[in-house]
Amino acid sequence: MSATKTFRVLPGFNLTLGYTLGYLSLIVLIPLAAVFLKTAELSLDEFWNVVTAPRVLASYKLSFGMSLLAAAINAVFGLMLAWALVRYSFPGKKLIDALVDLPFALPTAVAGISLTALYAKNGWFGQYLDPLGIQVAFKPLGVLVALVFIGLPFVVRTVQPILEDLDTELEEAATSLGARRWQAFRHVILPILFPALLTGFALAFARAVGEYGSVIFIAGNIPMVSEITPLMIITKLEQYDYAGATAIATVMLLLSFILLLIINGLQAWTAKRTGRDR
Amino acid sequence: MSIQVRNIQKQFGAFTALDDISLDFPTGELVALLGPSGCGKTTLLRIIAGLEQADSGQVLLDGEDASGTHVRDRQVGFVFQHYALFRHMTVFDNVAFGMRMKPRRERPSEKQIAQKVHELLNLVQLDWLADRFPSQLSGGQRQRIALARALAVEPRVLLLDEPFGALDAKVRKELRRWLRKLHDDLHITSIFVTHDQEEALEVADRVVLMNHGHVEQIGTPEEVYRHPATPFVYGFLGAVNFFHGRVEGDGLRVGDDHLNHAAGSFGQGAEVVAFARPHELDIVVDGAAGQGIAARISRILAFGVTARVELDGLNGATGQHFEVELTRERVSELSLEEGQSVRLLPSRLSIFEQSHAATAGAGK
Repeated sequence: MSATKTFRVLPGFNLTLGYTLGYLSLIVLIPLAAVFLKTAELSLDEFWNVVTAPRVLASYKLSFGMSLLAAAINAVFGLMLAWALVRYSFPGKKLIDALVDLPFALPTAVAGISLTALYAKNGWFGQYLDPLGIQVAFKPLGVLVALVFIGLPFVVRTVQPILEDLDTELEEAATSLGARRWQAFRHVILPILFPALLTGFALAFARAVGEYGSVIFIAGNIPMVSEITPLMIITKLEQYDYAGATAIATVMLLLSFILLLIINGLQAWTAKRTGRDR
Repeated sequence: MSIQVRNIQKQFGAFTALDDISLDFPTGELVALLGPSGCGKTTLLRIIAGLEQADSGQVLLDGEDASGTHVRDRQVGFVFQHYALFRHMTVFDNVAFGMRMKPRRERPSEKQIAQKVHELLNLVQLDWLADRFPSQLSGGQRQRIALARALAVEPRVLLLDEPFGALDAKVRKELRRWLRKLHDDLHITSIFVTHDQEEALEVADRVVLMNHGHVEQIGTPEEVYRHPATPFVYGFLGAVNFFHGRVEGDGLRVGDDHLNHAAGSFGQGAEVVAFARPHELDIVVDGAAGQGIAARISRILAFGVTARVELDGLNGATGQHFEVELTRERVSELSLEEGQSVRLLPSRLSIFEQSHAATAGAGK
């Protein structure tokens, strides 16, 4: 129908849609489907036994708990970092801006080894923390440190462009109307940044849940204490228990998917509440 | 409440934004700060508001030194050029913002706030938009909401930074009239910044003309328009023709032509520049050489009540453009045609010394 056909400057809807679906299938959907297929080899009982084994349950708690905590820490400090980078100029700003991306680029094993070296009992930081009774390396706290490290760039890079667009006039308007500093931040700046902050949080969380390389060095991998879920999967693989590995992977996938869905829903809700979707 | 500024000095690096500015803004007046961009008018307004700190000098609010007072304690209403509405809040919440930010013991109840917000929205005639978000409003509506929001905290003075700058011509004209009426009703001391001379002359009780961080002239719109104190003011307010020349005998020599106008206190041979408004020039078709300025008609625009004749200078005034305003009867009486060579005779000339005039027309 010519009435419903809209003119576009750049044509190619069919091509791009086809490409999108094909690409997505090849890269994401087919591998994931294989995970489910392999899992289906197990009976329901076997599946349940594998995914609810005490060691595996403890690993869920550690992986998801620490990932959420790490993402939350990154949301706070990433916002502060982005704020400093956008609002102020200081010597070496460009350098620091570039440094933020390093956790993206560094092989995670390198990060894991250097963090372990720093926080071990005889390391640079560890030697001062140990007398205080704080042990980082080979403890759940070590997992948190590694996850904070690898998730940092996500929050900074999602919040930064929004902050750059944020007009200082809004803060000036708020203060001229009598708002204290905290009120201006809480009622004017934060609501505007919130969707981007949430996106950064979700990305940092997703990255942290899937992280393996940097964590296994610092975690110490003590059963029931500092084993992460990806490690459980690797362990199963090393024992040639492919179905068991994919079973745990399936649970991880579903949990991550549900959490990301909740975060997305939260985003849509705030957008609606603040009139952004109109 | 009255506002006074005393010897305000403001420097941005090597650039002097404000150079020793002292001004009085009496209670209840609507004053325009007028000047080209970069003249320091917005900086001055922001210093009065407390959004910017002067390097030296004082701001007195009601005779009290407010230089060290924070913006939020100065009780000034500030309206921004780009509205600065909180886009995540409804119109209602925007207007209520100032009241809700008050410390708990001074804060009115939600019911009182709602009543006050609706009162203000009625005042700006936009009560029906209370539940909308700023993105759903037109520019003119947004600026009226911004004004209502500023008035909600019952400011002692109202400061408006190019309030109509981002609006289209028609809405601008409407809002101008509306602002004037609002001021007549509220009588709150107001200062607004503009680079639009028509806007300043039309709305303000008094106009402060600024250029390069200096005050050029202060006066009622009529005073500054009829009796510009400096070449800059002459050039900035309305269309103007200027002639560069030298004092010679009892008149001026401009290129090869001569103007019989007393040059006042200027000495013989002084380099001067003379100004005449378009309606202060007459066209002579058969003038003798040496009388008036030779020029050639390039265009006749006769669609208005008056006709506008555009001319190019001849005889040493080459490359210069002139503009003359005549009645349409006069145009047909003289049977003017495009391309015709004529002479221009000023009925009134304002003459300034040349060095002074260097800044003239800078804002054009």
